[in-house]
Amino acid sequence: MTTLPQTLREWPRADIERVATVFVLGWAVAFMLWQGTGFTVTLMTVFAIWAILAVSLNLVVGFTGLLSVGHIGFFGIGAYTMAILASDASYDQLRTEAIPTPGWPFFAALPIAVALAGLVALGVGIVFNRFRDDIFVLVSFGFAIIAFSFFLNLREITRGAFGIHEIPRPAFGSWVLDGEVEFLVFALICLALVVLVCWLIVTSSFGRVLTAIREDEEAIAVFGYRVTHFKLAVWVLSAMMAGLAGALFASWTSFIDPNSFILLESMLLIAIVILGGLATIWGSLLGAMAFVLLEEGMRFLPFLPAEFVGQARQVVLGVLLVLLMLFRPQGLVGRYKL
Amino acid sequence: MTASNDATLELTDIAVHYGAVRALDGVSLGIREGEAVAVMGPNGAGKSTVLKAIMGLAPVVAGAVYWRGHRLEAATHEIVKEGICFVPQGRRVFTHLTIEENLEMGCLFLGDEAEKRRRLESVIELFPILHEKRRDMASQMSGGQQQMLAIGRGLMGSPDLLLLDEPTLGLAPIVVGEVFQKVREISDRLDTTIMIVEHNIKGVLGIVDRAYVLDKGRVVHEGTPASIRETNILTDVFLGRVQPEGEDGDPFPLAQAGGERTGF
Repeated sequence: MTTLPQTLREWPRADIERVATVFVLGWAVAFMLWQGTGFTVTLMTVFAIWAILAVSLNLVVGFTGLLSVGHIGFFGIGAYTMAILASDASYDQLRTEAIPTPGWPFFAALPIAVALAGLVALGVGIVFNRFRDDIFVLVSFGFAIIAFSFFLNLREITRGAFGIHEIPRPAFGSWVLDGEVEFLVFALICLALVVLVCWLIVTSSFGRVLTAIREDEEAIAVFGYRVTHFKLAVWVLSAMMAGLAGALFASWTSFIDPNSFILLESMLLIAIVILGGLATIWGSLLGAMAFVLLEEGMRFLPFLPAEFVGQARQVVLGVLLVLLMLFRPQGLVGRYKL
Repeated sequence: MTASNDATLELTDIAVHYGAVRALDGVSLGIREGEAVAVMGPNGAGKSTVLKAIMGLAPVVAGAVYWRGHRLEAATHEIVKEGICFVPQGRRVFTHLTIEENLEMGCLFLGDEAEKRRRLESVIELFPILHEKRRDMASQMSGGQQQMLAIGRGLMGSPDLLLLDEPTLGLAPIVVGEVFQKVREISDRLDTTIMIVEHNIKGVLGIVDRAYVLDKGRVVHEGTPASIRETNILTDVFLGRVQPEGEDGDPFPLAQAGGERTGF
């Protein structure tokens, strides 16, 4: 007699992937129909931002085999760069915590946000490149903590715990994307671009080297591939995409503070990537959608008091992660397991 | 010090230390163009370290490696460009890639597509099984087939010198013979210079032109397969009967039993 875990492991991969895809998409459609257009737009915007993060992190974790828990740091760098450069200069900030805000337009700040995330990743990556496996996880953990400390304590630039307000929406000339639907379309376009870039990477020769690095770093090095260069390149690219997500997030919420970039968010992000499946772009999209549905859906559970929703989400995701590791370590549609 | 006139590759007084462990201690050996040479010895003798030292993968603390008259000091990726390919122990194929993709990893960024195809055809001619299964994932292959793939992947780099580290390790006896036959075929048909580290003494002596015997990080014997068979050197090293360097400075007393002195 076969047990449930055995059955799950032995179930043909194509079937599981199909069922998982239909289930998550069906759940999304049902939820959106139930909640109506306004909530759907919000949900999809949150999805787009998390999906950019998940797809970009999967490049590093799933395709290259570097388990980074510091991705949220690059997300924060993108968000803070956007906030500092683009926050409305005329906004009446708290006098004791006022910071210089040049008030740049969104599209002037965006490339700086992306580039700065990449630049920091380059510096960090040069140091991290000497580490592998468990040690790499630990140093990336350290990076997330350092980044958070900077956001919180560098008050002359970040306003610390007060956060930064009045971050503008994107604008094309006089056309400001201040409507939720317009912003959603913009976020989805950004997601599509990120997915396209990731797809081009993973289907190229470069992507094949990443797979080989994940499988056996030493074996690929003896063929003359400079492993550290490949790892550094994908690390920087991934960080730049996280920077883009951060800039979008800052602009969408119009306010950020360090609480959006705590280590827990990094763990949630890892959970999304594993939930959807490692080394698959589709899996990251699916994982992000499932996560957003779970996160937002729990608001509407009648037996759950509103004050416990936040904690309950974390518990559910934690339990889900443990169950996945037990029964489906490659995630819903994954090609590889940790 | 310069390389010998007729040596394509020469190692002179190479010492490799892993912390306090002396993996190689003054190893000198060489290989001529087109030769197939074996490096043999018991576990821990330093056989694989010799190959790693050539490839820049081991911490060489003394001595030098000469390739075609010039000293090899560069990093591994530069050494590969010199036409030297290392097929590491344990096959180490990429199981999440197809057989064809694995082969292509041997020359992925070679710009000349025609040359890439020519190399692929040459490897397939040597290992027809790889062509039949080219769309399969490498994980679906048997151990012997994976070893063929590992050697084929190395040949895709069109090396002048092929370094093979224990290619028959863990393979069924019936497959071992096939692997040795293929190695000889590479040497004969492609005229590739081969240095092979092996545990299977009988098998490897049947396919090489010369062999070195290592023990405790030092070369204790060098000669043709016939001359090695005539001595007891292999029995002695495998039974631990080769003495460490004596007070008279003669490091290898057992080599006097009929074998040739080391040196190239």
